This record gives sequence, C-alpha cells and structure tokens, in this order.
Amino acid sequence: MSGSAAVSLGSADVPAAPGTFPTSDAVIQIRNLRKWYPIGAGIPLLREPSHLKAVDDVSFDIVYGETFGLVGESGCGKTTTLKLLLQLEEPTAGRIFYEGEDLATMSAAGRKEFRRSVQAVFQDPWASLNPRMRVSDIVGEPLEIATTMGRSEIRRRVGDVLIEVGLNPYQANLYPHEFSGGQRQRIGIARALALSPKVIALDEPVSALDVSIRAQILNLLADLQQEHGLAYLMVSHDLATVRHMCQRMAVMYLGVIQEMGNTRAIFDSPMHLYTEALMSAALPAHPDIEREEILLPGEVVSPIDPPPGDVFMGRTPLPVDPDHRWAKERPPLIEKAPGHWVVETPWSLVQETAEP
Amino acid sequence: MTSAGPLQAVSSEPGRDALSSTPPRRRVWRIFRSYPVISITLLLAIIFGAVAADLLAPYPATHGELRDRHAYPALLGGDSDHLLGADSVGRDIFSRLLYGARVSLLVAAGTILIAGSLGTFLGLISGWYGGWVDEAIMRLVDAMNAIPVVLLALVLAVALGPSFALLLAVLSLGQWPAFARQVRAETLSLKNRDYVQLARVAGASTGRILFRHILPGVFATVMVVATNQVGTVILAEAGLSFLGVGVPPPTPSLGGMISDGRLYLTDAWWISAFPGAVIALIVLSLVFIGDWLRDRLDPTLRQLD
Repeated sequence: MSGSAAVSLGSADVPAAPGTFPTSDAVIQIRNLRKWYPIGAGIPLLREPSHLKAVDDVSFDIVYGETFGLVGESGCGKTTTLKLLLQLEEPTAGRIFYEGEDLATMSAAGRKEFRRSVQAVFQDPWASLNPRMRVSDIVGEPLEIATTMGRSEIRRRVGDVLIEVGLNPYQANLYPHEFSGGQRQRIGIARALALSPKVIALDEPVSALDVSIRAQILNLLADLQQEHGLAYLMVSHDLATVRHMCQRMAVMYLGVIQEMGNTRAIFDSPMHLYTEALMSAALPAHPDIEREEILLPGEVVSPIDPPPGDVFMGRTPLPVDPDHRWAKERPPLIEKAPGHWVVETPWSLVQETAEP
Repeated sequence: MTSAGPLQAVSSEPGRDALSSTPPRRRVWRIFRSYPVISITLLLAIIFGAVAADLLAPYPATHGELRDRHAYPALLGGDSDHLLGADSVGRDIFSRLLYGARVSLLVAAGTILIAGSLGTFLGLISGWYGGWVDEAIMRLVDAMNAIPVVLLALVLAVALGPSFALLLAVLSLGQWPAFARQVRAETLSLKNRDYVQLARVAGASTGRILFRHILPGVFATVMVVATNQVGTVILAEAGLSFLGVGVPPPTPSLGGMISDGRLYLTDAWWISAFPGAVIALIVLSLVFIGDWLRDRLDPTLRQLD
C-alpha cells in the first residue's frame, strides 16, 4: 500500500523546490530524496516489510554562499537528510545534484570533486576528532587523501587554516584532549576548511557547546562564509540559531518538509500550523515578551509506516475530513507566496493567512 | 603525607625546604610507580637468559649424569654443583630452564604473532563489514570453541608426527578466536564514531579508515589480549608437551619440565617447582606490562601519570 502511494508522489509532480530545474545558482539540489529503513522482514506476496520513513520525498536547493537551515524536532529526519547529502547513507530513492550533475551518474573524477567540495562539521566536538591523532594529522587528513601535497605543504596549509579558525599553529602538535569544547569545534571547522570546499554541512554545530561559546563559533562560521563564499546546510533544532544564521530554511515534520522559504518571512508570518507551534515552543528573546503558546493535540506519530496522506493530519487542531484527497494522498509543497512554500491542506494552514 | 605538609611548613622552616626539593628516594619511587620496573627487569632477564643460553648454561640441556640423579639444589645448600638441582636422569635444572625458556618463549611469541595477526584481521573485517561476513567469521569462532584443540593436536601429531610447526599451528588455531572476538567488539564500537564518518566525508578509503582510524583504536586491546594470552599459550604448550605432542623430547620446554617432575614431587620437588616459578614470573610480568601498555597507549590517560 505504502509503496504505491509513494510512487505516485515522486515523479508525477513538478520538483517541489524553488527555481527552475536545474537552476544555475544552486550548488546542491536535492530532489524527491527518500530514506526508508526496513523494519523486520516481510513475507513475499503476503506482507510487505514495515518501513521507518526517516526522510520521505524531500526536495530543496542550496544556493552558492547561502546558509540553508533545516529545523524540526528530534527524529524528523533532518540529520538523515544531511547524512544522505554527505553520502554516509544510501538513499532509498531520489537524486542529489552537485553543480547540476547527478551524483548517481557522476564520473569517478566528479565524485572526487564532490568529496573535496562538500565537507562537514558534526555536533559533538568530543567524538568528531580521533583521540589518537595529533591536530596536524586530523586537519591534514583531507589534504593527504584528496591532494598531491607534500608533507611540508600540508603542514603549511594546516597552520594557515588553524590561524583562520582562531587557533595557534603551534597547537598542531597537541592531541584533541588538550583542548576545550569550543577549541575542538574550531579544529573540526579547520579540518572542514582545509580543502577549500564550496559547501559545509553543519549538524547542530553549536548545540553541544557552552552557551557562552556558541556565539563565538557562529560568528566564526559567518566570517568564514563571507570570506570564502561558503554555502552551509545547517541542521538545528535551535530556532534562535537558525534565525541568526540562515537566509532560507525548511521546517521538517516526520520526514517531510512542511514549510520552506526565507527565514525572515517564515519567522514573521509562518503559514503552517506546525511551524507556528514550533516557534511558540521556543523561548522568547526577553522574558517580558508575552506570547501565546500553541500546543498541538496528540503526539509525534511514529515514522514507522506513517499514514499515506498528510503526515500532519494527526496533529492538527482543525477538523479533518477523512474523505478529502489529502487524507489519502501525500499533499505537495505549494508556492503560496513568492519563494514561500508550504504544504496546503484544509487543516494545515494558520487561519489568518490561509483565508484572507 | 602531602596533606600534613602545609601544617608542618607553617611551623618550621626546614620542613618547607624538604617539600620544595624532591628527595632522590621519592624520585626513584615515582619511576617505580610510573613504569612496571620489576616486571620489565624480570622479563628482560628471562629473555636474556633464553637468548644467551649457550653461553650461560653450565651443563648440556639434553643429557645428564645418572649419579647426579635428583641432586638437591646447591642454592639451597645441596652438596652438588647443580645450582637448581638435577632431574631424574641427572640433567642440570638451571641449564634446562635456560633452554626451556627459549623454546617456550619462542612458541609463545610465534603463536601470539600468528594468532594475533589472524584474529585481529578477521575481527576487523567481521566488525567493519557486518552482514554475512560477520556471520561467517563469528560462526567460525563458535566452531573453534566446539573443537577440542588438544584432541585435534593428538590426531594431527599421530598422523604427521610431532613437530615445532605443528605445535605452532595448533596453538594458533586455538588462540585466534580470542583476538577476533575482542577486536570485532572494539571495531563495532569504533566504526560509528563521528570521526570515522568524517573520514569518509573527507574521502578516505575503507583500507585507510581501517588502518588509520580503527586499527590504532583496537591496538591497545590487542596488546592486552596478547599479554594475557601468553600465559595460556605457555600452559597449553605444557599440556601438549605432557601428552607427547608438544615440543619433541629431549628438547626442554618449561611445560615439559613440569610434567617430567610430576612423578617425583615428593622426592624432588625442584624438578617441577623451578620451571613452574619461571612460568608464573613470565605470565605475571606480562600481565603487569600489558596493563601499563594499555594505559600508556591511550593518550587521554597519558597526562595522568
């Protein structure tokens, strides 16, 4: 059942992402990406295996030099999306384009170029650095793998990127455990920077750090972006961070993008009820700011074999018509305002904006 | 000791001086605490004795004078010139110990080298690839536990005749599963670490990840397993020698010497006791050195010593 519903979604609709296809200003284009994890074995012809649909039909673009944010609760598939982009997970379906070229059909040289150009910084600065390697080897490893640089050249480049992230080149001989969390995250950034990439995937880059250090690291990331024209894919559950860093963002729920557009537009006037609820749950910038807390009924539905229709159906405070088309079929993202995309069903939109 | 220091220092000046400059006795103590000095010295002495057996041994190892039968150790006041006594055919125990240690250490080192490399390799592959590769290797490990190695050794020795190579092969066969199991478990926990994933993001090949990121991580475990297994190997070799499928007599081995003396334990305890003591010293030293190495190889603990 779930299989046939999924097929009708993928190829029939226009790629649900802004811009023409392929756009010239997008460095990464993700189209109809899916990651389904099989749970338990099915019985041929009798029972299809269950699937955990971590990412289900996700499409978006990352433009050169921009920061694109992916937000959502834990388990909504944002980190899986990032791992799919990094080729750490094999997608179940869908395509990833790098500079207009499909990764799946890319030549070996193209894949190498992709590997060089797309780097990553992960959440936990303690787990991200091999404790048995010196900083010089950690930061130099990508250079060793992907370039023909000699030892002294690598040393020089390592020293340069260490300076760029605010560390001292003399610290290259130390081991990771001799650094604080913030410094370790700087080392991770230096490593990601070593190959002069075009895109860096940031998986909650500051959420493991002390609050006092977060701003420093975010500012460092912003400075590096300015200087090198880097594009960031930033996965985060912290809305304040996303608001500060991202030009555009997408809100995910249960493996599906619910709303996508300019960060400012989404923060100023969220269209989707889920987005509105997510923002109301975040702490305001000042304790005196009064606002209404919006609570959605029900709980996050299990991503194992979700219903074939709108995934938000079970959470909406509005009445759901069980015979409506979007109760049986997955609704697409619609461009409601220029550059502002949302999943539109009779029960998913914030009322004031939905009915003018 | 240290906590009482400041109180004394306030009341008397000389006490303060004593605290500021480390006395030589404490410096020696610090070395003893940070390195397994006794274990290393003992092991080196035994290895030296084994290597230089030809120069050090006062008597030939393989034949003795029957009139020296069961000579009491001269070290303990016996009236012969056999330092650690003589066995039931009058062979000098000390000389046989030197040669026996050589054979036993050679067997142990050879076995650990072969079984360690094989087990580590299979454990890495098993943990990294998972799936049917893992399944196959782990079932092989289980199968090894179901095969009585001693019986296998007996059958092979009858079929092929006892030899040094056969002994190494059989002992290695019995030892590699211990390495494979430990290395597999360690690999499983290492392979999902963020830094391994980031190595893949940087474009590292599987071989590079295994050798640069996983192998150094499991090396400490391998060292500890190796040092702990040496004792088992030496004992297993003793057992096999006892059954006549180990090192072929009259070549002395520590295990063989213990079994030689088992009939005379009440009359001549020294025939078995001295090789037993040497085995115990070797095994204990290796255990202490193994523990020290494990801590030493972990850079996060290095700052603590």
